[in-house]
Amino acid sequence: MTRLYLPADSFAAAKGADQIAAALQQACDARGLPIEIIRTGSRGMAWLEPLIEIDTAQGRIGYGPVSINDVNALLDAGLLAGGAHQLCVGAIDDLPWMRRQTRLIFARCGFIDPLDIESFRNAGGFSGLEQARAIGPQAVIDVITKSGLRGRGGAGFPAGVKWKGAADAKAETKYVVCNADEGDSGTFADRMLMEGDPFCLIEGMMIAAFAVGAATGYIYSRSEYPCANAVFARALDLAREAGLLGAEAFGAGKPFDIELRIGAGAYVCGEETALLESIEGKRGMVRAKPPLPVHEGLFGRPTIINNVLTLASAPWILVNGAKAYADIGCGRSLGTMPIQLSGVLKHTGLFEAPFGLTLGELINDIGGGSRTGRPIKAVQCGGPLGAYFPPALFDTPYDYEAFAARDGLIGHGGIVAFDDSADMAEQARFAMEFCAIESCGKCTPCRIGSVRGQEVIDRICAGENTEMNLAVLTDLCQTMKLGSLCALGGFTPYPVLSALRHFPQDFVASRKLESAL
Amino acid sequence: MPHDKTPPPAWDSPLAAGVVDRLKSEAGALLPILHALQETFGYIHADAIGLVAETLNLSRAEVHGVVSFYHDFRDKPPPPLVVKLCCAEACQACGGREAARTLLDHLGADWNQPAHGGAVVVEPVYCLGLCALAPAALIGDTLAAGFDGAELRATVDGAQ
Repeated sequence: MTRLYLPADSFAAAKGADQIAAALQQACDARGLPIEIIRTGSRGMAWLEPLIEIDTAQGRIGYGPVSINDVNALLDAGLLAGGAHQLCVGAIDDLPWMRRQTRLIFARCGFIDPLDIESFRNAGGFSGLEQARAIGPQAVIDVITKSGLRGRGGAGFPAGVKWKGAADAKAETKYVVCNADEGDSGTFADRMLMEGDPFCLIEGMMIAAFAVGAATGYIYSRSEYPCANAVFARALDLAREAGLLGAEAFGAGKPFDIELRIGAGAYVCGEETALLESIEGKRGMVRAKPPLPVHEGLFGRPTIINNVLTLASAPWILVNGAKAYADIGCGRSLGTMPIQLSGVLKHTGLFEAPFGLTLGELINDIGGGSRTGRPIKAVQCGGPLGAYFPPALFDTPYDYEAFAARDGLIGHGGIVAFDDSADMAEQARFAMEFCAIESCGKCTPCRIGSVRGQEVIDRICAGENTEMNLAVLTDLCQTMKLGSLCALGGFTPYPVLSALRHFPQDFVASRKLESAL
Repeated sequence: MPHDKTPPPAWDSPLAAGVVDRLKSEAGALLPILHALQETFGYIHADAIGLVAETLNLSRAEVHGVVSFYHDFRDKPPPPLVVKLCCAEACQACGGREAARTLLDHLGADWNQPAHGGAVVVEPVYCLGLCALAPAALIGDTLAAGFDGAELRATVDGAQ
C-alpha cells in the first residue's frame, strides 16, 4: 500500500484536486496498484497546487502542479516510487520556500490529515493545552504576556494584556471569541489553517478559555469560506465525540464547548465589535469603545476576541516557552507571521517567517518577482485598508512599527503585488468604493466620506479644479482617519493617500485619458 | 459540470416554522435562522420576516434591518446558477476586471442582473481567500481560480 497526499484545501480544489484524486484512484485500481490517498491541507505553495506528495525513504517527494491529464503519465513514470517526471519538484522539505520558513503555526498544515485527531496528537498536538493545564491559568497568561505575542488580526494589540483583562473581570459567564472573518483581499492564512489544521485552532481557543475561565467559545467565520466551515464543523464534532470538548473539557464539572457561527457577506463584521453584534443576531454595526470587549463584550459579558492566528500561536508558546518565542522576530514584533503573497508574483502562497525580512526580500526573493514580464509597480500590504508601497520603499522591514513609520500597516499579513499595468488612480478610487459598499453606516466620516471620496477622485481624474479637489481629498482623508469609529473608515485613507503620494502621475494620466475621449 | 441540484421547495409556512423552531432557543439565533431559511428555500420570503419577528420577540423592522444589512440574504429566489466573482485587489492585480468584463459581455448582463432568461446571475464577492491563485470565482458550488476571460466564460457556459 503506497500512501499519497493530496490537499483538499480550497486552493487545490479550485484547481481540480477532487477530480484528480478520483482519477488517480481509478487509474491505480486499473493497474492493480494498492494506494491510499490522504487528503491534507495545503503546504502554502499555491503555484504548485494541486501538489501530490509521496512517502519515500528521502521524505515526501512532490509533484505539481498536476492536472487530470497528467495522471497516467505520472504513474508511467513511477509516481508511487518517487520516479522522475517533469512535474517532480523533489523533496518537499528541501524546497527553498519550505526550508526558509519558521513554521510554528503551520507546522502540521499540509502534512497531516486535518481531521485525524491521532495524527494531530502524534505531531505534537494538544501538548500546549496539557502544559497550560499543568501550570494553571495565571501562569498561562504570564507566558503569553512574556512571549510578546500581539494580535494578528491587524491591530497588533498585546494578547497577554487582553487575556489578563478578561481573566481579572468579575463575572460568572465569560466568552472566548475567535475572529475568523478574514475579509481582507490578499489574505487566506485563517482559511488555510481551518482547512489544514483545525485542531490547532481548537487547542488555541481551549488554552485561551482555560486561562480566562470561559465555558463557551464562538468562532465567527465567513460564508465565502464553505470548505473551511465544513472542515471546522467536522473537527468540532470529532473533538466532542472524543470528549475533548463538552461537559468535562477541563476536568470534572469544568465544561467548554465551541460554536461555529457564519457571517453573511459583510466585510465590516471582521471588526471585533461589529462581529460581536453579528453573533448576537444584529446588524453588524460597530460599537463605540469603551467599554472594551474584555469588560463588556458578547452579550454584555467579559470576552476575549482574538484572530485565528493569535489563538493558533498559543499552543507553540506554551510548549516551547515565552523566551523561545520572544527570541524570534525583531523590535516589538515578536514571533512569526504567516505572510501571504499574491498578485503577479512567480511564487504566491503562505510563507511563515519571523518578523524582520524586508519587503524587497519578500517580493523579489521569496516571491520570485513578477511573472508577467512586466515590472512590479506597487504592492498593497495589509488588505484593502493597507497602503500601496512603491519599489523605492522595498527596504522596509516587515515589522509593525517599521511599517507604521512609513504610513503603512502589516494588517493580517497580506501582500498583493501589482505590475505596471495597474492604474493607481483606479485603485485609489476602488478603496473608497469598497468602503462605501461595506460601511456599516454608523459614523458619518465612513458612510458619507467614502461616497464623496469616489466623487472627488473622479473629478481629479477628469481634470476638474485639480488643485482644489486634491485639497478636498486630502482634507476628507484626514477627517475619515480621525473621525471614524473603526478601521474601515479610519484606514481607507491609507491606500488612497499612498497611491496619490507615490503615483501622482497616474492621476494625471487618467486625467489626460478622460480629456482625450 | 452541469448543475444537478434539485431546486429548493417553494415557500411553505409550516416548513419555515419548523426551521425557525429548531433554532429559536440558541443565543443570538437570528443569523443562524436566516441562514437556515435561505438554505432551505434559496431566499428569505417576505412572510418569513413576521414569522421570525414573532418567534424571537423582535419587531419586524429589526428583522428586516438585519436581512437587508447583510449582502448574502436574498429577498427573491436566485437563478439556478449563481456565479460569484471576486472583485477585490488580489484578483484586480491578476486580470479579474478583464475576466469579469468578458463574462458579463458574453451574458449581455450587468452585475446582479439575471441573464439567459433568468438562468444565471453574476454577483461580486469580496474575497474567496484564493488570492494566491487569482482571479477566483465560485460557480454554483464549485471553486475556480487562475482563469482568463475565455476560460471563465467556457466554465460558466458548461455549468448552466
